[in-house]
Amino acid sequence: MSNTNFTRRGVLKTGAVAGAGLALPTYLSAASHSGYTNAPQGSTVTLGFNVPQTGPYADEGMDELRAYELAVEHLNGEGDGGMMSTFSSKALQGNGVLGKKVAYVTGDTQTKSDAARASAKSMIEKDGAIMISGGSSSGVAVAVQGLCQEAGIIFMAGLTHSNDTTGKDKKANGFRHFFNAYMSGAALAPVLAKQYGPDRKAYHLTADYTWGWTQQESIQAATEALGWQTVNNVLTPLAQTDFSSYIAPVLNSGADVLVLNHYGGNMVNSLTNAVQFGLRDKMVNGKQFEIVVPLYSELMAKGAGPNIKGILGSTNWSWTLQDEGTKAFVKSFGTKYGFPPSNAAQTCYAQTMLYADAAARAGSFNPCAIAEALEGFEFDGLGNGPTLYRADDHQCFKDVLVMKGKEDPANEHDLLEIVEVTPRAQVEYAPDHPMFAGGNLGTCNPGA
Amino acid sequence: MDAIILQILNGLDKGSAYALIALGLTLIFGTLGVVNFAHGALFMLGAFCAVTLNKLLSFSFETIDPTKTDFLGNPAKVKTAYVESWFGPDVGAAIIDWSVPLAILFSIPIMVGIGYVMERGLIKHFYKREHADQILVTFGLAIVIQELVKHYYGANPIQTPAPSAFRGSLDFGAMFGFDPNVIIYPYWRLVYFAFAAVVIGAVFAFLRFTTFGMVVRAGMADRETVGLLGINIDKRFTIMFGIAAAVAGLAGVMYAPINSPNYHMGMDFLVLSFVVVVVGGMGSLPGAVAAGFLLGILESFASMNEVKSLLPGIDQIIIYLVAIIILLTRPRGLLGRKGVMEE
Repeated sequence: MSNTNFTRRGVLKTGAVAGAGLALPTYLSAASHSGYTNAPQGSTVTLGFNVPQTGPYADEGMDELRAYELAVEHLNGEGDGGMMSTFSSKALQGNGVLGKKVAYVTGDTQTKSDAARASAKSMIEKDGAIMISGGSSSGVAVAVQGLCQEAGIIFMAGLTHSNDTTGKDKKANGFRHFFNAYMSGAALAPVLAKQYGPDRKAYHLTADYTWGWTQQESIQAATEALGWQTVNNVLTPLAQTDFSSYIAPVLNSGADVLVLNHYGGNMVNSLTNAVQFGLRDKMVNGKQFEIVVPLYSELMAKGAGPNIKGILGSTNWSWTLQDEGTKAFVKSFGTKYGFPPSNAAQTCYAQTMLYADAAARAGSFNPCAIAEALEGFEFDGLGNGPTLYRADDHQCFKDVLVMKGKEDPANEHDLLEIVEVTPRAQVEYAPDHPMFAGGNLGTCNPGA
Repeated sequence: MDAIILQILNGLDKGSAYALIALGLTLIFGTLGVVNFAHGALFMLGAFCAVTLNKLLSFSFETIDPTKTDFLGNPAKVKTAYVESWFGPDVGAAIIDWSVPLAILFSIPIMVGIGYVMERGLIKHFYKREHADQILVTFGLAIVIQELVKHYYGANPIQTPAPSAFRGSLDFGAMFGFDPNVIIYPYWRLVYFAFAAVVIGAVFAFLRFTTFGMVVRAGMADRETVGLLGINIDKRFTIMFGIAAAVAGLAGVMYAPINSPNYHMGMDFLVLSFVVVVVGGMGSLPGAVAAGFLLGILESFASMNEVKSLLPGIDQIIIYLVAIIILLTRPRGLLGRKGVMEE
């Protein structure tokens, strides 16, 4: 037997309490979030810069952080304004963004995916960061991009070059200004064929992780399309330091080109080992043996020292470019820090400006409004010439630089020279290109 | 055949580094009974002795060259090394060029001093503690040293070239009747192997033919009895810690031109060196050297494409696989002594 005590008054009281209880979170949510995660409440808006401050890419991370600090200064109307004066969009006025002063917090990725996710999560949940930017590794970028998508935060990627970042792992909340492995291959291959001839046999050493795989696939496809043969592709562990046992087999492989799909310390060590083994002095198949490094960075060039001389590679940007945006940025960065910026620094500065500009144009910090403002956005004046943020995959399309280690550097900064500025049209590809297939951009997530 | 010879040569230089580090580890373990996880950091500090001397010798003053401009368009500052100014451009450049061999002399007192301070200041307080405590404290010390080096030198590898006279490579093939340009080996790696052989020989000779060495060996065999004879064995063991630090440091100095030094390089060698010590036999100096070369050569062979095509990933596990096999068949390692690390 059940005994019920339902009365009209009891039902009304219970209903009123339950209704108030249900309405309260909605009210609080609406007040604190305005429908999206970490909606700025006071007079500031907080950005989260997630860079490697410890670990093997810490120097690159510090250069990225310098660029972010400079960008924040310029957004708040301090300093000389840098590229704000050359940026084609004039939505930013140097008085913060949407009337709010820009503040920032930093996290340490340690170049580890789990640590990077943890620091990004902390900046979002504890510090109220409304946007996350940074990274010096594709593994980290893909991991943090996924987290930002779930959290309803915009992710403006720093240095990430794997095709997967805007390919199979692309996300609606993620945007990449940096170029990618496909673009490196498309820009570099014609120069390689022109300088070394179309009849070459290449041996690849490839870092065994997402970036290495896509870099190798891209440069192999691009060089084979121009007549080169691929003799072998050997995957090397990311933690490898001595590459001598991987380089020794190259001597007897019949290859006359060694392609080092390595980055950072891996590249410095493998190139040093290759030069020690006399590969660059060798004649094979009646041709001079050559070494190629598809992705260059200024800090790697510094680490490799004289071994870099004459070696071809590609970069996203160079401080030696002579456009007005580059000149303004180099002046601003060089005056503040005493040395020229790296291409990682430039992409981080540009990403911060692009985010702030998108918010200003959208009139909101809502991630979906910002995503809409960035999709299909065409701009100029940030150092790379006319650039498009493609809506299909959130990848920037712009000119790519083919670089060469300088034979006779004038000073310690003068390590790389521009061989060719490859036009944007040459590095463009269809959104459903097989190298970028398998992913789904999905829909923007505002969180909250 | 040529590929096999090349891999043997590769294994010898890799084995030289393992053997030198494992030798120092065994000296410390055999004398003080301490499992020193900071030994890799000593190897790294040795490499940074070479970096530091190179930087000191390259220390420059700046003059303004109005005919040139810097990256900001200002008149360029031209750097001239003090040694070039004092001794003339040719002699000065030669001194800088030979900074790595000169760093051998520079590093010995520094590394002995670091070893002495490390032992007296920290490690001696953990002699009677469990090995787990020793591992924790020395591993912590290694991280502190690593972070200090990173703070002052940055995280990027720093190029420290060998003297230009040793920068080329030797065509072994042409010397022994093979096709030219097939078996090529860098001069500096050959120098490294010869240097390692000399250092290992010197340590063995020191322990074998000097009174000090005899007392140390006696102390390693029976510490209590040597103490009862009125010999201050602790003092001698402290000196041995300094010598072991110097051996690790010398291995690092000469390794600097092979792979550009970075703050993390000690950790890369540490675990492998411990495996070498265990395979060689805890406390056995000849075992450490033999296992160093053996594992270096095996690791090199495992990296051959032919081997990897049969057993993918074997290059990453070969050392541990061999360690398991040896420890299963010879639980005390190759040349291990009875009673060491045994209840």
